[in-house]
Amino acid sequence: MYSVAFPSFCVHGPRHEEDIMDLVRREVEKCDRLGGFFNMMSMAGGTGSGMGTYITQCLRDTYPHSFILNQVTWPYGTGEVIVQNYNSVLTLSHLYQSSDAILVHENDTVHKICAQLMNIKQISFKDVNKVIAHQLGSVLQPAYTEGASEYNRNPLGDLMKSMVCHPEYKLLGLRNIPQMSETSLAYSVFTWPGLLKHLRQMLIANAKMEEGIDWQVRPPAGGLPPAEKGTHNKQLRFNTSLANLLILRGKDVQSADTGGFMDPALYTSWLPPGVASSTWRTPMSFNRYEKSATLVSNSQFLLKPLDGIVGKAWNMFASRAYVHQYTQFGISEEDFLDSFTALEQIIASYTHL
Amino acid sequence: MTQSIVVQVGQCGNQVGCRFWDLALREHASVNKKGIYDEALSSFFRNVDTRRSDGDNNDISGGKIRSLKARAVLIDMEEGVVNEILQGPLRDVFDSKQLITDVSGSGNNWAVGHKVYGSTYREEIVENLRKAAEHCDCLQCFFVIHSMGGGTGSGLGTFVLNVLEDEFPEVYRIVTSVYPSAEDDVITSPYNSVLAMRELTEHADCVLPIENQSLVDIVNKIKHMSHSGKLGAEIKQSSTIISGQGGVKGQEKPFDAMNNIVANMLLNLTSSARFEGSLNMDLNEITMNLVPFPNLHYLVSSLSPLYTLADVNVPSRRLDQMFSDAFSKDHQLIHSDPKHSLYLACALIVRGDVQVSDLRRNIERNASSLQSIMGL
Repeated sequence: MYSVAFPSFCVHGPRHEEDIMDLVRREVEKCDRLGGFFNMMSMAGGTGSGMGTYITQCLRDTYPHSFILNQVTWPYGTGEVIVQNYNSVLTLSHLYQSSDAILVHENDTVHKICAQLMNIKQISFKDVNKVIAHQLGSVLQPAYTEGASEYNRNPLGDLMKSMVCHPEYKLLGLRNIPQMSETSLAYSVFTWPGLLKHLRQMLIANAKMEEGIDWQVRPPAGGLPPAEKGTHNKQLRFNTSLANLLILRGKDVQSADTGGFMDPALYTSWLPPGVASSTWRTPMSFNRYEKSATLVSNSQFLLKPLDGIVGKAWNMFASRAYVHQYTQFGISEEDFLDSFTALEQIIASYTHL
Repeated sequence: MTQSIVVQVGQCGNQVGCRFWDLALREHASVNKKGIYDEALSSFFRNVDTRRSDGDNNDISGGKIRSLKARAVLIDMEEGVVNEILQGPLRDVFDSKQLITDVSGSGNNWAVGHKVYGSTYREEIVENLRKAAEHCDCLQCFFVIHSMGGGTGSGLGTFVLNVLEDEFPEVYRIVTSVYPSAEDDVITSPYNSVLAMRELTEHADCVLPIENQSLVDIVNKIKHMSHSGKLGAEIKQSSTIISGQGGVKGQEKPFDAMNNIVANMLLNLTSSARFEGSLNMDLNEITMNLVPFPNLHYLVSSLSPLYTLADVNVPSRRLDQMFSDAFSKDHQLIHSDPKHSLYLACALIVRGDVQVSDLRRNIERNASSLQSIMGL
């Protein structure tokens, strides 16, 4: 059923709440042990963004002790829907209150991966979705947490524990390498040092994929006072992290040295170095890749896109364009302003990492 | 799937409407080979068992098609046009209870259409609309088709718009209005148009203005292309946008070519609501995204391509050309030049074998040459 943008939050959400929560309850009852909820939605449209947010809130109210991870797809910058920036602002600000973590996929990035790495000529949404599914699978498939002798029983919980130490910082990003077409795969050989080196540079230079990485960006020298560190990082476009989780799958995985990610220079100064980085491993290879490494990180990588979206939404809001469509269904100008404020706060927090 | 009801008012409205139903049947016939009454069909047609005569309760959902009835209300104050429809090949598509006619017409006078006939027929109109609405599970939208220059289409058409707003406030009202061209045959058309325009601004959710002159230009352009030049041999004659071939009606009449263009535009507009796709745009999304402020709801539409090529495999260049054409002033259904105007919002509805990468490439290409107000 299609709904008019965010109004889905106010109109369709309540209308279908009972049915939906009923279905959820039945699924929950079938579980031996509920690890948590994994909600997948987009930010630009109406149903995904509005209804998705409403349901997340309902889940939070009904299951206050369960983990909730929201996978959110960010729309293309060139635009899929004219009011996508409004919907994005409203979605993110509301999700921040009810969700534990927000795992982001940007359509622009995944599209580039399809074009440049996978060599797909005519990219369809099916291709894009396949890449996203692959990346999600590489995180949620079973693995051994550090020092464990059995597969992790609670991947969502472990993920939250590692990644979301502070409620103000909930935005997570995914990088997964290698990613290439079937034909190229046959001729490629991977080593753990190589993969990990690339991933680390992708993290600190804020590269979204394995091509076009800026190798000039370096972490700041140790011993700099926090204030100077900030300006230094900004000048060099260095991406400061709050937490990183490495998930390694494949042959000889025990030999992989993840020391590079424990360097305190990568992280914000108010975190003790040991807690910020963790690693999961499994010798089982994933999806045809003999070795694959995934990095889930809570860092400044989303600052620029987020700022962009908020900026565009604010410009549109300045003229109150389309706002009558939202007020018609129950979202007032006050609600918009609250959302803008919430997001500005999040942007400020991440900027001062 | 949602349903829509078409309300056609006046001579122009009914003639365009007639072409619309003809083309809709043709479209569904080419897609629906097994004759099953599916969701796509149900958005514009009811499936009725005409053998049973128990009044209104003979709708059948699902299963084979028995008899299709259009979800339409036909209104005209002059019997000629509607009678012609009822005697033509489309007579079975319309239920006799869906018609409201009078004898003498409105004399090209907006006041007669709006005030006189409005008050006389108000109850009958409401009754008719209610019945049509009751046959729908989920009514989403009313499509009103009329002209601005005459008396009935313009006057009574806008009166119907008022009624729709009063009786069905939550259902969208999308109006297709045919504006008079410079050489039109009605002397009072400017008065009628202006009076109607006020009603449209206040009571419609979205208006698609069409200019007769633009339609004429497009028709001439196609005729010119088919009869000359190297492109002539490559064009499939029966699939130009003005062709009614394959439809129910036999011979083509003078305004048919122009009306076909409008009918095609309406069909394409609603295609997302009827067929599935990877990035759907429902009707309410169209009204939502393209109307930034309540009164600015006049949309300029354009169609591309105007003909299909004999060669089914469309290379990228042609596809890109189609996108460029959609923004060119020769393809607009009213006289306007997109390249030299200011855009508030723009929506591209694409049907067929087009992938998201083609779309993005073309948006990036064309967006740079258009001035738009919000950096969209």
